Amino acid sequence: MKPAPFDYAAPRTLDEAIDLLGRHGEDARPLAGGQSLMPMLALRLSRPSLLVDLNRVESLSGIRIDDDELRIGAMTRQAEALESAEIRRHVPLLAQALAEVGHPPTRARGTIGGSLAHADPAAELPAVIVALGAKLVIRGATGERVLRAEEFFRGMFETDVKAGELLVEIRIPIQAQGSAFLEIALRKGDFAIVSVAASIALGPDQRCVAATLVLGGVGPMPVRCADSERRLIGHTPDAAAISAAAEAIPIDRVELGSRSASRGYRRRVAPVLVKRALAAAAGAAGAAP
Amino acid sequence: MKLFSVTLVVNGRAVTLRVEARQSLADALRGELGLTGTHLGCEHGVCGACTVLLDGEPVRGCLLLAVQTEGTEVTTIEGISPPAGLNELQESFRRHHALQCGYCTPGMVLSLHALLARDPTADEEAIREAISGNLCRCTGYLPILQAALHVAQSNRLKRADTSSTQSSA
Repeated sequence: MKPAPFDYAAPRTLDEAIDLLGRHGEDARPLAGGQSLMPMLALRLSRPSLLVDLNRVESLSGIRIDDDELRIGAMTRQAEALESAEIRRHVPLLAQALAEVGHPPTRARGTIGGSLAHADPAAELPAVIVALGAKLVIRGATGERVLRAEEFFRGMFETDVKAGELLVEIRIPIQAQGSAFLEIALRKGDFAIVSVAASIALGPDQRCVAATLVLGGVGPMPVRCADSERRLIGHTPDAAAISAAAEAIPIDRVELGSRSASRGYRRRVAPVLVKRALAAAAGAAGAAP
Repeated sequence: MKLFSVTLVVNGRAVTLRVEARQSLADALRGELGLTGTHLGCEHGVCGACTVLLDGEPVRGCLLLAVQTEGTEVTTIEGISPPAGLNELQESFRRHHALQCGYCTPGMVLSLHALLARDPTADEEAIREAISGNLCRCTGYLPILQAALHVAQSNRLKRADTSSTQSSA
């Protein structure tokens, strides 16, 4: 279980990193926290000729607030994000999900951007980033482009990031809303069998003015439940409204099945988890119990 | 074969390694430095047997390249063990039968060592979280939990002693 040989570079600046990735194209892979890429190298599922280590590029790390956005550098460690008071206060959904991402030693190295760029269908962060309506900043030799989270994910382990480009920053709009992240996994810290990211914002009359519902772990990409969201808007998020929303999830998009969790099982537990998540989000938004 | 020169501090001692880019930190510790207390189980980040401390934080030694550790401080199980005998946590492992085959033990001890350094009176929930990334196939985990709880409890008592001495002074 040893990686095939590769060359290694550890640039200090983003420009150097992008230059290296641009010159080597498909033969190079950027190395972020290594918690997914290193196993893929060890299993020889990936055989790049050059690793471009991003861990020395300081400008890629950090959490800051800019106007009404929370901006997270792609190389920010999951552990740092989990401990961030700013994230807890302004984007609690992300903090709730990060607690389910791996274990202390993997979060100490694993990065926010690395997890998103890897686009594992069972990972927590892709679903969360779609639910948060985040924008992702991608930098290449010719400049920067900004994608909505839903445009970023293209398939299983596939994103819109091209060879020679890098995900450099995640921009999350700050909104006052209640949120919840729930998942079913074989063990704490394992990848999700089904995960649910939910958020609800209430008007002064206790009716939903905004609702977001995204499923993870069930298909190649995060599944946004737009019909469920629509059913909640304008209603008090009581048990009846939440049940109606759970019935409206696109159950045919629960496609994945595995030895430990069949597709049928996932289709049964997804609506249950959705109800729990919506009730928790409504509670966090200040809905009367 | 291209070799990279890496200078880091291992268990308090500055060392310079000559490694291939693909060599993991765990392999370098074992193969280049003879620190075989670091065990390699799955070699792809699942089992936690290879846990070492990187600048004080537990990390997977198999998921870090040796070449990435330039300028860092790495602590292995050898680095927290006294020259003879056992440290308090290790002794508690022995007393609580918190190991059988011993393969996961260095990783378990280092994960818990880091937790107790940060939070000497850690509660059960914190202990469970700290070892959530370390697999053990022998003990069923409960003796490990008890071993760590014992040290946390003893730290709590020591702290109570100190504060009562201070208040009576």
